[in-house]
Amino acid sequence: MNKKLYSPLIFELSHPGRHGADLPDYDYGTRGGLGSHLLRTTALELPETDEPTVVRHYTNSSNNNFGVDTGFYPLGSCTMKYNPKVNEAMVNVAGIAPLHPAQPTSTAQGALKIYRTLEKYLAEIGGMAEFTLNPFAGAHGEYTGLMVIRAYHLSRGDETRQRVIVPDSAHGTNPASAAMAGFEIVEVKSLADGTVDVKDLRSKLDETIAAVMMTNPNTVGMFEKAIPEIAEAVHKAGALLYYDGANLNPMLGVARPGDMGFDVMHINLHKTFSTPHGGGGPGAGPVGVRKGLEQFLPNPRVIEKEDGTLDIDFGDDAFGRVSAWLGNFTVYIKALAYILTLGKDGLAQVGPLATLNANYVMESLKDLYELPIAGPCKHEFVFDGLRDKSTGVTTLNIAKALLDHGFHAPTIYFPLLFHESLMIEPTETETPETLDAFIAVMRDIAQKAKTEPDEVKGAPYTTPISHPDEDEAALSPKLTYAQLK
Amino acid sequence: MSAHRYLPHTQADIERMLERCGAATLDSLYADVPDTLRLKKPYELPEAMTEPELQRYFEALAAKNKAMTIFAGGGFYHHYTPAATPSLISRSEFLTAYTPYQPEISQGTLQYIFEYQSMMCALTGMDVSNASMYDGATATAEAIIMAVNSARRKRRVLISATVAPAVAQVAATYASAAGITLEVIPEDCGITSREAFEEMMGAGDVAGVVVASPNYFGIVEDYSGYAERCHADKALFIMNCHASSLATLRTPGEWGADIACGEAQSLGMPLNYGGPYLGYMCCRQTLMRKLPGRIVGATTDEHGQRSFVLTLQAREQHIRRQKATSNICSNQGIMTLHAAIYLSLMGAEGLRKVNKLGHDAAHALAEALCHTGKVKMKYPDRPFLNEFAIETVSPLDADTMLSALANEGILGGIKLTDDSILVATTEMCTPDDVKRYVSTVKNM
Repeated sequence: MNKKLYSPLIFELSHPGRHGADLPDYDYGTRGGLGSHLLRTTALELPETDEPTVVRHYTNSSNNNFGVDTGFYPLGSCTMKYNPKVNEAMVNVAGIAPLHPAQPTSTAQGALKIYRTLEKYLAEIGGMAEFTLNPFAGAHGEYTGLMVIRAYHLSRGDETRQRVIVPDSAHGTNPASAAMAGFEIVEVKSLADGTVDVKDLRSKLDETIAAVMMTNPNTVGMFEKAIPEIAEAVHKAGALLYYDGANLNPMLGVARPGDMGFDVMHINLHKTFSTPHGGGGPGAGPVGVRKGLEQFLPNPRVIEKEDGTLDIDFGDDAFGRVSAWLGNFTVYIKALAYILTLGKDGLAQVGPLATLNANYVMESLKDLYELPIAGPCKHEFVFDGLRDKSTGVTTLNIAKALLDHGFHAPTIYFPLLFHESLMIEPTETETPETLDAFIAVMRDIAQKAKTEPDEVKGAPYTTPISHPDEDEAALSPKLTYAQLK
Repeated sequence: MSAHRYLPHTQADIERMLERCGAATLDSLYADVPDTLRLKKPYELPEAMTEPELQRYFEALAAKNKAMTIFAGGGFYHHYTPAATPSLISRSEFLTAYTPYQPEISQGTLQYIFEYQSMMCALTGMDVSNASMYDGATATAEAIIMAVNSARRKRRVLISATVAPAVAQVAATYASAAGITLEVIPEDCGITSREAFEEMMGAGDVAGVVVASPNYFGIVEDYSGYAERCHADKALFIMNCHASSLATLRTPGEWGADIACGEAQSLGMPLNYGGPYLGYMCCRQTLMRKLPGRIVGATTDEHGQRSFVLTLQAREQHIRRQKATSNICSNQGIMTLHAAIYLSLMGAEGLRKVNKLGHDAAHALAEALCHTGKVKMKYPDRPFLNEFAIETVSPLDADTMLSALANEGILGGIKLTDDSILVATTEMCTPDDVKRYVSTVKNM
């Protein structure tokens, strides 16, 4: 990235009397019935800007940003694969922009068909009986899935199951979602190879456990090979097994969570199914369930009527409602376009190629970086910093040094199993040449750490800003333009 | 040749890379996946489509959707989207970025979130905004949880019956799991019953009170005294407001609210059959550390340049895990950029005009509809902005009226009961649309 920061705020480009949008003048000849006590009296301080200024401002501001389209983005557990352009184009083709959610379903059959088709395809890929697309994000999917599990136990009159088991390597959203769904969290340990300690898990399974949440492959990129044994133990204890789909990508074409014994799962469409992450959203976290749990999925549901048309239904057994309507609808169009573009055979190649790319990078760097868990990884792997710890160069330093070379940093300091975690996920859409360039830079950083450690520690040098003072930001928070003045 | 245009690997690439990995085949990288779990047959999915085929596929689906002239709201409104907005938010530097974890190369994202936070605080009259929630319903649900987390030992929250049903249902779902007792303050002729509110506050064990403005029936309620009553019991006053209305209507800040939350779809976001929209959440300074979700703050870099970072992260799930203020991680991201661009283009003046056009069309339509004798106002004499409830006069009923309008391509509103309908207007309605609506009803 270039060094020049484009820094003004839109408020600082404001000039009294300017405007950036025109509206028609309609004279309805009516007078308002709103009393002055119901009206705003304080000034509304929004920018006053012309259209070209707004366009130039946000265009320049975008140049301070790095996306998948800018360069390699090996952010572990985020599956930053290429976001196909045709997916975006299909949003406009599908003709849903003018559809109001309360329209008669007879006038929205195309939209409902998109929703239903994607549900079915995800069910096939996940090995589940049914899906709901409503959840807005991965964490929202986890919450929804746990609410399904809660409803299942309660429907059986089983009120003792108030606890959820979560591995210590899990994403932070797992325990947070379980807590929001009203569960107490029980942590289960990982073994030295990063997989769940089955003995520890067994000892914690009893009639108070509602569910066990697993990510498979887990957050260190290892396949939980004891999963059949785990599933059996969990089910024997009367609990359900939840699949966090954040790491589903390497399983495409290889194995399905339903076949592994999972009862409930979510999928991050903005990871495995290529929809853009938008700097934080909108994502989508569809939730799938095995046969026998369908009735607990949240309202509203898209259903197929006998005459083949689609309708929207509010079921009686659903645990409730997690969204005002059917969720982030345009995201479904993009995910469906992705599945159709790759097709059954293309999709089946995604997992193996993602795994190949990850192993290639791992094998090419493990002589210089500490690999705490050996053996073929899946879609991602974790280094515990440099092998040579004498240089004082940290994972944070390595991450920042990468920015100077046109690469996004890997995920750092997660998982919490290691002190210097550097979690790398290349995804399947990267060419070997890109990986080679990344490997060369990583090797170069490792060498420089020995010879010129201070230079590495001073990175980044070429980014629009240097290291920002995060302590200052937190100690005296300035969260709005008004607070800056 | 590589297998697909998204998958660059040629057979030679694969062989070279496998050699580096010391693996004979791609399959051998999965030696740890037990055979019993392996996919036994190809996915039952369609064959790959080329772009022209995909285009035809979605065109065929589009043909089964019918755009209507929209007079329905219920929390989601057909507003004008300035062309510059979709153009700018589709810039891939913004669109294909992840959460701004690396501030040095994410100032674009961080800066627009900061601008968005500033604008939402200006609109709501509050001090602090987060970087968005999923939608207005989940924002309200999380506001309730925030109120309970801010109160010590109190787990009772009141919600007005005039809050939109979908919002109330999502709130009830979240509350039930969190062990919060959510009680409904009954409605009295379209507004929150003040008498019931006073009575329900009685015991002093309420952590928060949720009301809506405009309420579900489009009525602009008078909340004088609500905040004071809440604060007397150390309860938080939570207001769910349509974002765009706040340029005109008395703000949560002016009503004395502690948390403002709701749907920001009204800031020119396309209806898109339900999403993506934008949940917003703002609060008073004193509650800043209880706010869920991401927050961007200003700071300086090593050269003294102003810069922006994710801050106050000790509230969040990736640090605090089960003790976090919420599980929210991904939010509505790019929709906050939409809001910031929309508000920059419209300005306060443009937003007030949006409200005036919606208001004038609604009042003209309400008057003309009542004049037909086929319908009457469900809540006469209640003040409204751009949405109102009507009652059909027998023998006309809601279904008949809505389907007659639908035959004319008009989405006449949302059915409330067998004999009442919720009707909304915006700046996208023309005087001709209003006339067409009225004449259709007149001819029933």
